[in-house]
Amino acid sequence: MSLKKIIFALGLIIAVSAAALIFFAHGLKYISVNVALLALGAVLMRQSAYFSDNFYQHASPQTFYPTAGRMIPWFAWLAVVFVIYGLYISFAIAPTDFQQGEAYRIIFVHVPAAWMSMVIYLAMAFWAGVGLALNSKLSAMMAQALAPTGAIFTLLALVTGSLWGKPMWGTYWVWDARLTSELILLFLYLGFMALQASIDEPRKADRAGALLALVGAVNIPIIYFSVKWWNTLHQGSSINMGAAPKMAATMFEGMILMALAFWMYTIAVALIRVRCIILERERNSGWVKELSLKDHA
Amino acid sequence: MLVAQGLACLRGDRLLFKNVGFELNAGGLLYVLGENGSGKSSLLRMLCGLLTPEEGAVFWNGKKIKEDAEQYLSNLTYLGHLNGLKDDLTALENLQTNARLAGVEASEQAAMAALTAIGIARCAYLPARVLSQGQKRRVALAGLWLANTSLWILDEPFAALDVASVEVLATRLGEHIAEGGMAILTTHQDVTVNAKHTQTLRLSK
Amino acid sequence: MNGAWLTVLTRDLLQAYRRRSDIATTLFFFVIVSSLFPLGVGSDSAILSTIAPGVLWVAALLAGMISLSRLFAADFADGALEQMLLSPQPLSLLVSAKILAHWLVCGLPVVLLAPMIGLQYALPSEAIGILVVSLLLGTPALSLIGAIGAALTLGARGSGLLVALLVLPLYIPVLIFGSLAVSASQHGMSPQAHLSLLAAISLLAVVLAPLATAAALRISVE
Repeated sequence: MSLKKIIFALGLIIAVSAAALIFFAHGLKYISVNVALLALGAVLMRQSAYFSDNFYQHASPQTFYPTAGRMIPWFAWLAVVFVIYGLYISFAIAPTDFQQGEAYRIIFVHVPAAWMSMVIYLAMAFWAGVGLALNSKLSAMMAQALAPTGAIFTLLALVTGSLWGKPMWGTYWVWDARLTSELILLFLYLGFMALQASIDEPRKADRAGALLALVGAVNIPIIYFSVKWWNTLHQGSSINMGAAPKMAATMFEGMILMALAFWMYTIAVALIRVRCIILERERNSGWVKELSLKDHA
Repeated sequence: MLVAQGLACLRGDRLLFKNVGFELNAGGLLYVLGENGSGKSSLLRMLCGLLTPEEGAVFWNGKKIKEDAEQYLSNLTYLGHLNGLKDDLTALENLQTNARLAGVEASEQAAMAALTAIGIARCAYLPARVLSQGQKRRVALAGLWLANTSLWILDEPFAALDVASVEVLATRLGEHIAEGGMAILTTHQDVTVNAKHTQTLRLSK
Repeated sequence: MNGAWLTVLTRDLLQAYRRRSDIATTLFFFVIVSSLFPLGVGSDSAILSTIAPGVLWVAALLAGMISLSRLFAADFADGALEQMLLSPQPLSLLVSAKILAHWLVCGLPVVLLAPMIGLQYALPSEAIGILVVSLLLGTPALSLIGAIGAALTLGARGSGLLVALLVLPLYIPVLIFGSLAVSASQHGMSPQAHLSLLAAISLLAVVLAPLATAAALRISVE
């Protein structure tokens, strides 16, 4: 099975199921999300053309570099379109909450950011694991490229969470289970980046970082559980961000769209960063030198 | 039999060597020569499995050394630049501990005999902390009199030794090879070790 | 027991015995940190006994952490680590002996000293008993998880501070269950659930941490 076909099939599945949902299941209820998914599926199908038939060829930084370059604009544009669409729904269409007023609208950023912070750590651990198991350079670079974006989303979740906290609870910070877990997750991201930065040999840094990411991934459920346990015992369940008022369909739609936008942004930025890392690591190899000569010509 | 094929070593973004290969059979001695920084020590560490080659592989009796690590390691004695001695233990304790770690049950008499062989017996009960550089090196090398392994990989074994000890060590290496053992050495000194098959591998920048 | 395992254990214990002052340093650190809090918070015994579980656990955690840098650094510098890697015995087994020695030298003394500090914090005798049990169950996990961090940071720049950044977030579950066990017994509730969870974490760490540490050592020695 070639990479080209896999990506094409993935795009096709996403597009067809989105189209099917528009026609049959939810009707017009979640139409914007479905249209967005349709667009994503179409882009993936288009992107599959950039990949060669050989599955393993793209594990080499040299062949991945131009492919990544061609993919970036697509994901970047999708991110822009989804953000505009998502913000429009979040701010113009979604109804005002009768309890929290307009302030609740920050959840359209907060909740997707919190989702992304967890998902990116898992993605990082996944690439790290692949890198360790198959000894592939590109996977390790991918893990390294994802870390700063993950840390930024974690920070965003923390900042928006405390901004929301001020009107809701009258204080910027409460030791709520979700905020506390996000804080610890931020520490994990910072530890990963600090470890990679303080080992000079890049291959060694890759492998040490990968092992740390895996250890972190094993620990995250334990940490999450312990913080929840601690929180219920110390504060009762009086305040809980997760227990937002029952959501209207449009609220849910806005959140999903924002999450999709963040996804596209993450992919685009990670690809840009991976390209930088590839150039930096392979600066002494022939193909990078040729590339820079071409650019100067 | 130890076989290395197409080894390449990358440190940072500097390629130290590539396409290094050799075959070492029972009763063989291999000298690894080269200037400072040409990657001699890295090559030896690669042969031990401490360093993963950028390209190529090392085979022991036809199998990759990572595949059957236990088998390979129980046939291997490696001594790098570092002596592996603990400052707070005596020379004798250090020697016995390291032998046990390598899987040899060394009695006190056997360890004493090894220390006597390399002429350091009078330091046996001194903590390694107070020994000189050459004395420490000799305590580490005394392990060769206890070893029951067939492949010895030694990084600069003659450095910091006095003339008499160099002689003793060269004789011991000759015995080991005559018994069908193998040795891989780096050295800057001109030392003659008797061996049936002597090969030289030169690493150049 | 395996010969090489015992060899590593006895070597490390013998070294620690010949450098007894190092043990005293860890203990002294524990005592000082936990004595600073009353000076900062005030001597009200009601407040002190409220914060005692958390403070004592944090102090134990920090004491365990500062001694981590000694776990592999000396072996790395003098070549003993290379020899351990080249031993025909599984590395994770030898590593587990080193971690046990570290716990016996740095963890156990803190556990034994904790009741005395507990008295200074006006903890009732029952809570002191639970404090000791929780430390006994939890500190092995600290040594085990810490060993991964110590192995990963070998040879990295600024490894002393780095190890804190890597390891402290992973210590959080131990801190939570340990201090909750003590405060539960202060409030007349059963600490059993917390203690069970603490033991579960330690058991999980006994299984996984030596493997992860061995992998980390192989990476660091390259």
